[in-house]
Amino acid sequence: MVNLGVSIGNLKFKNPVITASGTFGYGSEFDDFIDVSRLGGIILKGTTMEPREGNSYPRMAETPSGMLNAVGLQNKGIDYFEKNIYPVISGYNTNVVVNINGSYVEDYIALAERVNKMEKIPAIELNISCPNVKMGGMAFGTDPDSAREVIKAARAVYTKVLIVKLSPNVTNIVDFARIAEEEGADSVSLINTLLGMAVDIKAMKPSLSTITGGLSGPAVKPVALRMVWQVAKAVKIPVIGIGGIMSAKDAIEFLLAGASAIQVGTASFIDPRISITILEGISKYLADKGFSDIKEIIGLINR
Amino acid sequence: MSKRIEDFTIKENRRLNNDLFILELSGNSYFPSLKPGQFVQIKVEGSPETFLRRPISIHDVDYERNTLKLLIQIAGKGTEKLSNLEKGETLNIIYPLGNSFSLPAENSQVLLIGGGCGVAPLMFLGKHLKSKGFKPEILLGFRNSDRIIEYDEYAGIGPVYLTTEDGSKGEKGFITDHPVLKDRHYDHICCCGPESMMKAVAGYCFKHDITCEISLEHLMACGFGVCLCCVVNTVNGNLCTCVDGPVFNIKELKW
Repeated sequence: MVNLGVSIGNLKFKNPVITASGTFGYGSEFDDFIDVSRLGGIILKGTTMEPREGNSYPRMAETPSGMLNAVGLQNKGIDYFEKNIYPVISGYNTNVVVNINGSYVEDYIALAERVNKMEKIPAIELNISCPNVKMGGMAFGTDPDSAREVIKAARAVYTKVLIVKLSPNVTNIVDFARIAEEEGADSVSLINTLLGMAVDIKAMKPSLSTITGGLSGPAVKPVALRMVWQVAKAVKIPVIGIGGIMSAKDAIEFLLAGASAIQVGTASFIDPRISITILEGISKYLADKGFSDIKEIIGLINR
Repeated sequence: MSKRIEDFTIKENRRLNNDLFILELSGNSYFPSLKPGQFVQIKVEGSPETFLRRPISIHDVDYERNTLKLLIQIAGKGTEKLSNLEKGETLNIIYPLGNSFSLPAENSQVLLIGGGCGVAPLMFLGKHLKSKGFKPEILLGFRNSDRIIEYDEYAGIGPVYLTTEDGSKGEKGFITDHPVLKDRHYDHICCCGPESMMKAVAGYCFKHDITCEISLEHLMACGFGVCLCCVVNTVNGNLCTCVDGPVFNIKELKW
């Protein structure tokens, strides 16, 4: 038996496979396909204080080996979440993480306080990297002072595991990871989507209503892997690798480069069972290679 | 109803004209109960340009033979690849997805309106309504006579009225110009086709106070309510075409 358990802060994950925010709904959408409780964790879709309608259609464009999205944090707000979603997700036997977002620092504080009181939520992912909202989002994650301010404010009120989701749309992502570490974050997750665009040459206009959107899928994987590798060498807190993971092989590349856990995102749209397939593939790889504990391979290429 | 992900085997790939074809697929397990208006998500293998699945509505179902028919228009790289598949090849499919056309009130006079490739879900719907004791009539619109498909099959369901834009067969003009809409009374209209056509039909139904359901085609990533990419703006806010639709009552839409 291979030990697949990893720790993020003081929180134990039974395995390193987590599903990424915005690609896994609230988990129950996958009940027909997999046993969600087998996963290391699930990160729920981005939640804000107030309900949000998101951006206008079209919000998605398929691109080679990937897709652009400009959903814009459509969600029903924290009140609806607490009343209607929280009771349902409490039934999953896995770490359920809430991804929180806001336009102002005060929004992040208020959300962090609210979620802190939810017994069955052991961690939050502070989203300072959404590229698809007019205010807040990526603006926090691409300016060092703003990033520091919002992370510090969230840390001051949130007592459980704090993960900061970083934007790749910066000159040096390591700077932002260091800020998160200095301000007491338990972990950083990266990367959020890369800002991109597409043009519909038939209609002769942008493919997305917002013109630009976030690129995800295997097209971003080499960039994500490079950033995870850089960050993992620079900080002591665990790094969660995200970006175009479609297979166990992809996930293992991130683990070897220094990620303590990984998030499966866009791949779940194409194969809703993929997170479990990846989990089984990692387990088999470790067994075949003769490892008894996943921690033996985390950051192996950096040793 | 639970969703499945399964491999299907192609029984037949039949070309109807230069850009429409019908794939007949054989399931490897017995179908759950499928409803008219529902769709499947097809994985198109082998190219970085066909990264996402392709949503295609169910054209016809044969429970005894365990086969599904999909009527597909070549609209891009994905559907072009599908058009070249051969008998015996397999396709990975997520199904059944989406809601369905609702059953009309008892004794309703029902009209099904389809334009171009939008006729796809109406075959399944027409047969279903007929089996439930309704006598649906069918109004179809095509660009010209060369584009008319499966006329005889629709005629087997009920009376078929035709329009072509150039008048080469049936009435000349758009679907909403057909005299049957003036001459006959309908209580319930189900419509699928280009959005401009559906909007014209919706306008007619609003004016005459006829219950009307349309089936929307929107760009999708997942197909099961997770990515929130396929939204349509409704009186209840942004809803997903994939799980809240693809069938909507026109009163829900901001048309």
